[in-house]
Amino acid sequence: MHIIDRRLNPGGKSFANRQRFLRRARAQVRKAVRESSSHRSIKDAGKGGEVSIPAGGVHEPVLRRSSEGGVRDYVLPGNKKYIAGDTIPRPEQGGGQGSRASDSGEGEDEFRFALSDEEYLDLYLEDLELPDLAKRQIAGAHAVQWRQAGFSSDGPPARISVPRTLRHSLSRRIALKRPKPEETQALREEIERLEREGGHFDELIKLRADLELRVLRSKRIPYIDPVDVRYRRLESTPKPIARAVMFCLMDVSGSMNEHMKDLAKRFYSLLYLFLNRRYEHVDVVFIRHTHEAQEVDEQTFFYSRETGGTVVSTALFKMEEIVRARYPVSDWNIYAAQASDGDNTSSDNAVVLQQLRDVILPICQYYAYVEVGMDDEEDAPASSGEPSTNLWRAYRRVSDDAPFAMRKVRHRRDIYPVFRELFSKRPEGVGADA
Amino acid sequence: MSIATAPSKLLYTGPDWDFELIKRVHGAIDEIAIEEMGLDPYPNQIEVITTEQMLDAYASTGMPLFYRHWSFGKHFARNEAMYRKGYQGLAYEIVINSNPCIVYIMEENSATMQTLVLAHAGYGHSHFFKNNYVFKQWTDADGILDYLEFARGLIAKYEDRYGQEQVERVLDAAHALQSHGVHRFPRKRMPDLRSEERREEERRRHGEQLFNDLWRTVPTGQKRKASDGEEAKRKTLLGLPEENLLYFLEKTAPRLKSWQRELLRIVRLINQYFYPQRQTKVMNEGCATFTHHRIMNRLHEKGQIDDGSFLEFLHSHTSVVLQPAFDDRRYSGINPYALGFAMCNDIERICTKPTDEDREWMPDIAGKGDAYGALRDIWANYRDESFISQYLSPQLMREFGLFRVVDDEDEDEMNVAAIHDERGYRKIRRALSKHYDIAYRDPDIQIVDVDLAGDRKLILHHRVMDGLVLEEVDTQKVLQHAADLWGYDVQLLEVDDAGDELAEHTASPRGGLG
Repeated sequence: MHIIDRRLNPGGKSFANRQRFLRRARAQVRKAVRESSSHRSIKDAGKGGEVSIPAGGVHEPVLRRSSEGGVRDYVLPGNKKYIAGDTIPRPEQGGGQGSRASDSGEGEDEFRFALSDEEYLDLYLEDLELPDLAKRQIAGAHAVQWRQAGFSSDGPPARISVPRTLRHSLSRRIALKRPKPEETQALREEIERLEREGGHFDELIKLRADLELRVLRSKRIPYIDPVDVRYRRLESTPKPIARAVMFCLMDVSGSMNEHMKDLAKRFYSLLYLFLNRRYEHVDVVFIRHTHEAQEVDEQTFFYSRETGGTVVSTALFKMEEIVRARYPVSDWNIYAAQASDGDNTSSDNAVVLQQLRDVILPICQYYAYVEVGMDDEEDAPASSGEPSTNLWRAYRRVSDDAPFAMRKVRHRRDIYPVFRELFSKRPEGVGADA
Repeated sequence: MSIATAPSKLLYTGPDWDFELIKRVHGAIDEIAIEEMGLDPYPNQIEVITTEQMLDAYASTGMPLFYRHWSFGKHFARNEAMYRKGYQGLAYEIVINSNPCIVYIMEENSATMQTLVLAHAGYGHSHFFKNNYVFKQWTDADGILDYLEFARGLIAKYEDRYGQEQVERVLDAAHALQSHGVHRFPRKRMPDLRSEERREEERRRHGEQLFNDLWRTVPTGQKRKASDGEEAKRKTLLGLPEENLLYFLEKTAPRLKSWQRELLRIVRLINQYFYPQRQTKVMNEGCATFTHHRIMNRLHEKGQIDDGSFLEFLHSHTSVVLQPAFDDRRYSGINPYALGFAMCNDIERICTKPTDEDREWMPDIAGKGDAYGALRDIWANYRDESFISQYLSPQLMREFGLFRVVDDEDEDEMNVAAIHDERGYRKIRRALSKHYDIAYRDPDIQIVDVDLAGDRKLILHHRVMDGLVLEEVDTQKVLQHAADLWGYDVQLLEVDDAGDELAEHTASPRGGLG
């Protein structure tokens, strides 16, 4: 008999099979991810989870008998009252108590399984048609910084700290009373001098013994011992920890339909994912507005309906109010994302522009405006040949060097370009300061 | 602790285990299994694994290594989801019919569970694998792991050379047909050239000895129609009719490339290896459960495990052999562990304490005394179908309350055809044994002809029994796979005993294979 401990064997033996499975069911899984992401919270956008796909695509057919018709017989245990010749009404679903009817659940319509965080995020981003580089930036591992952190007794030769090693060596030599070379030298000279002078036999014998001892000692006690060697130690620390708050502003008046809200939600999710990678802690604030603005929770933000006019500036004033109350500019990086179909009361445009220029943009790291539109013509370029909206015209007047981006978005694939600026390196580094 | 008074014979106390303990337990079990029960298992190789590795093993039908295919990933995903939600526990062990017999045990098991698992898998299953005639006939316990290793490597090589998708298409098709990719009967070995020559020589000599010119003058009857003979000869040359669809396609499909044939062969051979397991589920589990039950009892009697461990064992054992009644919410068919265990116990009872009824029904073993000998003999020489038709005793049918229900689509209600009484015993036994007969359980599908003169259409027949036709959607899909492999049209006719066609399915190849 042998006992073999396989526990340390690398796990994930099925990994290759799983990849093959996901590849095969890719289209369905992506669809399932799209559906599940539309009814999850923004903050859960990057987490794995259970999805279900129609079983048809990954069904493995076999030759088997149909579960209906014909003459079937069953042998069943647990008879209590039947005698031969009794009749039993047929149960509802035809197949009877069938020992064969439940064929290890192969017949089920849905196939449910769990996706890991990476798999989920990968499919989610793929659905948004992000370029690979951006995907890597979002999905990539946490960025770390290596920092000098004291000394350690082992490490690569290249990291030897000479001063520290010598200091250890020195104290050890002192502690162990290693003879100093110059004293030994002096002793040698003294002996030579006495030899040259002749006589002094007793003294010479004593001095010679002393010298021998010293030489022996300095041989036994090395100048640098392995225990003295010190290396400069590096410690990995996460990139500067900082906090960010993300304001989601949205027009919820009647003209925003489900498609537009879905686009807006994806936009917010992506921004959240992005911020979440950069900052240790991200707060999300939802502000919806009609002709007045309210701070609401996520559920209300996306799913409840409001009627009323459209006054965009109210949302901006609300945001300013919240920032003053809860998010001091010195402690928080502030991001804002606004989604709207572009409607605004004409008289409000000037107010919006002034509020944006003078108050909001100076405190924001970044302000993104997406104008969501109907996805009526798939292939039409997003922003050509249509009359620009009220709000669009107003925002066009924001100066170019402000941290501001505006886009028209009619399809999922249009969302990413809004982020291009965020991902591209800016000289001062987005959010590097806390 | 009673160590101070008498040396404790206990093998262990408490739930923790280590490798030393496993060795001790194995030794103690060995003593009982070999000396008292006379079992003859393969040597054991015990492998300790984690939960995740167990899930891995599940996905590849329990084998430690398998070629790669998406369907295994699918099964893994489903098992994992079920396991995480707690719908489904994991097996305590997996055992592989190989020499040495590989037993996987989970690290989470308690010491008692490890003991149980070793007795169950390492002695019960292992003895059965080594001695049962179906396994002896069909499986090569020495070679299976090497073969799987070879298959995995070869398929990986093909994937590199021809692309994953190409390989996957062939494997998909082969998997769809694999339930009809086994030889059910040992085949006649093809004579090699030398023995063929020797036989030819013998035949000639025999002819010379018998030569008598008179025979020439005897008038011969009218010759049989040439076409009949031609037809039969053509079919014989093609090896028709053939029920092993994969084998036929592998050998004769005109358009397959040699690597594609090799893939079919791999799927077919691996499937053939599992074929005995499907035929002996009840007996195999019965043998293993009986063995572990007996060994645990003996360990307890000999004072090698304490009462607490024994109760833990009983708790797990009773849930394994639980047979819910047909109207119970938990009912999902007859539990092979329950039936197999009950039958083995019953056989022991019949051997040692038979009733008059037993003497009448099973004269060959009733009162024979040597229960272990009788069981060993039965374990070696039967499979589920014959086991049940021979050894399901009336007493057991009464205990299980077995009854037979016939559901005829032409009747309004289902009919109780037989119950566990004098008139019903034989009927129930016959019906139940039929359910375990693979030849009855799997639809009987054969390749009957190929239209060589015309469009090379492959013609299959399904011999319909009791009006049970094939499931429409699946059959169409499988047939599509068959057509892809064959390269030309495939037709499947469903024919009943009277020769009437009940249904017809056809498929044309999609092309692009290879």
